[in-house]
Amino acid sequence: MKYIKFFLVGILFGIVMTKGEIISWYRIYEMFKFQSFHMYGVIGSAVVLGIVSMYLFRKKMVKTFEGNEIHVAPKKKGLYRNLLGGILFGLGWALAGACPGPMFVLIGKGVVSIFIVIFGATLGAFCYGLFKDKLPH
Amino acid sequence: MEFISQPWAWYVAGPVIALVMFLLFYFGERFGVSSNLETFCSIGGAGKFVDYFKIDWKQNVWNLIFIAGSIAGGFIATQWLSTTEVVDINTQTVKDLADIGIANAGTSYLPDEIFSIETMLTLKGFIILIVAGFMVGFGARWAGGCTSGHAIVGLSNLEIPSVISVIGFFIGGLIMTWFILPLIF
Repeated sequence: MKYIKFFLVGILFGIVMTKGEIISWYRIYEMFKFQSFHMYGVIGSAVVLGIVSMYLFRKKMVKTFEGNEIHVAPKKKGLYRNLLGGILFGLGWALAGACPGPMFVLIGKGVVSIFIVIFGATLGAFCYGLFKDKLPH
Repeated sequence: MEFISQPWAWYVAGPVIALVMFLLFYFGERFGVSSNLETFCSIGGAGKFVDYFKIDWKQNVWNLIFIAGSIAGGFIATQWLSTTEVVDINTQTVKDLADIGIANAGTSYLPDEIFSIETMLTLKGFIILIVAGFMVGFGARWAGGCTSGHAIVGLSNLEIPSVISVIGFFIGGLIMTWFILPLIF
């Protein structure tokens, strides 16, 4: 039962990704061509409200539904990890026109070929784990 | 219903994404989709080959449930909450895409030149799909996050690593869009 709330939040996420056209390959292409404000507005407004959320968490003005303090785990530092990993991710994002969230939402849209992309992404995550000690971080 | 069934503007979509993030933290978890890819590896037994995947994946079940919900959400939005498949992209974008070999841009969510079943069943089409996914998965785990973990949560939390990652996302995305995509189709 404790998982139902995550399923419901997931539904909301799938709906907003679809209705906001964030799962559209064309929106990602258009963003990287700087020909529309749409994606910048989506990410920008989410981040502005996210900054407010983080402030409320940090000041303990909002706690979890169980009353625990909310700590947001810091990201791992490292120029190579973040820059090179980010560049590789960006190459894939612009080619697939989908980052991991939209990939799953596209299953719900009935896009069969997205399973190949998700398989590739899982293989990529596996290969990262396999070669991680040889990569610069 | 008119408000729901039309495409949502950025100032609706962005705040709803922020709400999704807020709710996940409120429910005691976090917002990060690409970690599910590692969970898949762990469930599939990757821990036998690589210690990195020897994790107790049961603690990530909530995130698998979240993506199961997002699949359902995509289905619901497509089947019942949409009246059109048209994506109203810039007319210049449509022209640019026609120039590089992608026709009818914006008449549906995805280009047939990449996602149709016929394309998927060609060697070239299959390779494009799998390589695109591979770069996303490998890159996201190397960087320690994707658009959700870095661009939304990390930037919201004013994290330098996320600023660097998002700059990387754009370097990679711009190279692909401006220099590589024109050579592919």
